[in-house]
Amino acid sequence: MAAPPGEPRRVAYLYLLPAFAVYAAFLLYPIGRAVQISLYDWDGLTLGTWAGLDNYVAVVADEGLRAAFGHALVLILFYAAGPLVIGLALAATLNHAKVRGLGFFRTVVFLPQVIAMVVVAVAWRRVYAPDGTLNDLLGALGLDALTRGWLGEHAFALPAVGVVGTWFETGLVTVLLLAGMSRIPPQLYEAARLDGAGAVREFFAVTLPSVRGEVAVALTLTVIAALRTFDLVYVTTRGGPGTSTTVPSYEVYHRAFGLGQVGSAAAIGVTLTVVIFVISLAVNRFADRRTT
Amino acid sequence: MISRGERVANYVILSVFAAFALAPVVVILTAALGPADSGGTAGLANFAAAWEIGRFGDYLRTSLAVSAFVVVVSVVLSIMSGYAFGTMRFRGRSVLFYLFLLGIMMPSEAVAVPLYFDLRTLGLIDTFWSISLPQVALSVAFGTFWMRAYFRASNRAIVEAARIDGASSWRILWRVLLPPARPAIVTLTVLVFMWTWNEFLIPLIMVTSESLRTAPLGLAFFQGQYTSGFTLLAAGSVIVATPVVIFYLFLQRHFVRGLLQGAVRD
Repeated sequence: MAAPPGEPRRVAYLYLLPAFAVYAAFLLYPIGRAVQISLYDWDGLTLGTWAGLDNYVAVVADEGLRAAFGHALVLILFYAAGPLVIGLALAATLNHAKVRGLGFFRTVVFLPQVIAMVVVAVAWRRVYAPDGTLNDLLGALGLDALTRGWLGEHAFALPAVGVVGTWFETGLVTVLLLAGMSRIPPQLYEAARLDGAGAVREFFAVTLPSVRGEVAVALTLTVIAALRTFDLVYVTTRGGPGTSTTVPSYEVYHRAFGLGQVGSAAAIGVTLTVVIFVISLAVNRFADRRTT
Repeated sequence: MISRGERVANYVILSVFAAFALAPVVVILTAALGPADSGGTAGLANFAAAWEIGRFGDYLRTSLAVSAFVVVVSVVLSIMSGYAFGTMRFRGRSVLFYLFLLGIMMPSEAVAVPLYFDLRTLGLIDTFWSISLPQVALSVAFGTFWMRAYFRASNRAIVEAARIDGASSWRILWRVLLPPARPAIVTLTVLVFMWTWNEFLIPLIMVTSESLRTAPLGLAFFQGQYTSGFTLLAAGSVIVATPVVIFYLFLQRHFVRGLLQGAVRD
């Protein structure tokens, strides 16, 4: 790496001070407090009692919490794996095709990213309602046997929430991959063609290796979004029916403000933070090693 | 070259995915413009009804105030800190920068719980500040990272020339470096605006009085209380989503660039 830019300046601290003050007071200090609170049994009102690592043990041992993290893993399939597969196929197809209206397509598929999640949740609740759009559609196709209250049944609620994730992440992943693929030099494809590679081999030999960086970014963004799902669950299911759609972020909120288990809530929050750090670092390390 | 059949297939694929992306939006829009829940007025009158009955006018005002504050403060602070990290050398520079980087990945749900209890002790809960300042902190972490990247890549020769002319560091920042930084700042501004406008968890935790509800929070409560139909709820949803969508339609490039290049936060 080159020498750091600029000459030594004391005045730098003055420029940093305001940003750092807000940042330290409203992020660094609270995360420290979260670690501290997580070591106590505390209802948020009376004096807490020392609990050591009990709250963290519960994250692994408590069946409800294990389930919440398990649901987050299922959501990763819907938020990250699904959009990545669809996005790769879509972008690879569209990258070669000289279709008109690609700009419009990009605008439309990216749109879900900017709509408030609460609005997204309200819209999908309508789609999934017993008298909602999806059932109407199934009825019109003569598939009345399949209609149900999608968010109200144990077996279907979590996948239904997951599909919403697939819906709003696919556009992001596709646009990201399209940008990456447009930068692949055409000579690479010509060389592959001369070697007699078909479309499938060309994809695995040329396209996929060239967008490794974009894949890493896409996975980081979508996996973190899946792990942090809160608004969507809060508005669509509140973790129900039963606990079939509860997720770590919802447990943080529910335990701190619903059940008065603030220590446990803090421990889940800290665990979630650590998991997100580890995943971000791992995905980026993996992408770096493969490119150099 | 591409055959005709292939071309048709490509358009079919495009259309199917565009339709999938738009379907829930269409569901909301048609419901919002459909017959009123009471059966009476309809069409655009639904928005007026939501504005009054659903109190979305009030919620929008709170959201506007919070967003304006968070955007202005965090963009100015980020420009200053990004300037220091990007163009100056000082002790503890990398340690401090990594500290800021942590903030980009930090999920707000982890800090919101301790913040609530500490702000309650200080008597700051259920105030404008309890919604705004935590979001300034979240945005400043990303903004510092974003502006540092810009200033690092900026033209060093101009800065040196200005210094030789005797310009202060403050003058160099605002008069020399900032004018060409406009695209980077616009991107940062629209991202922070979108995050703040759409934020749900922080207002949910920090606010109890109805007068401080932001637009998404108001919509969530309205959904819980209003059970006489879907039209007003849909109209309210459109009202809540529209400001960011309008910005997106005009400044699409900035949204896409910002969300793809820098953002780990959302």
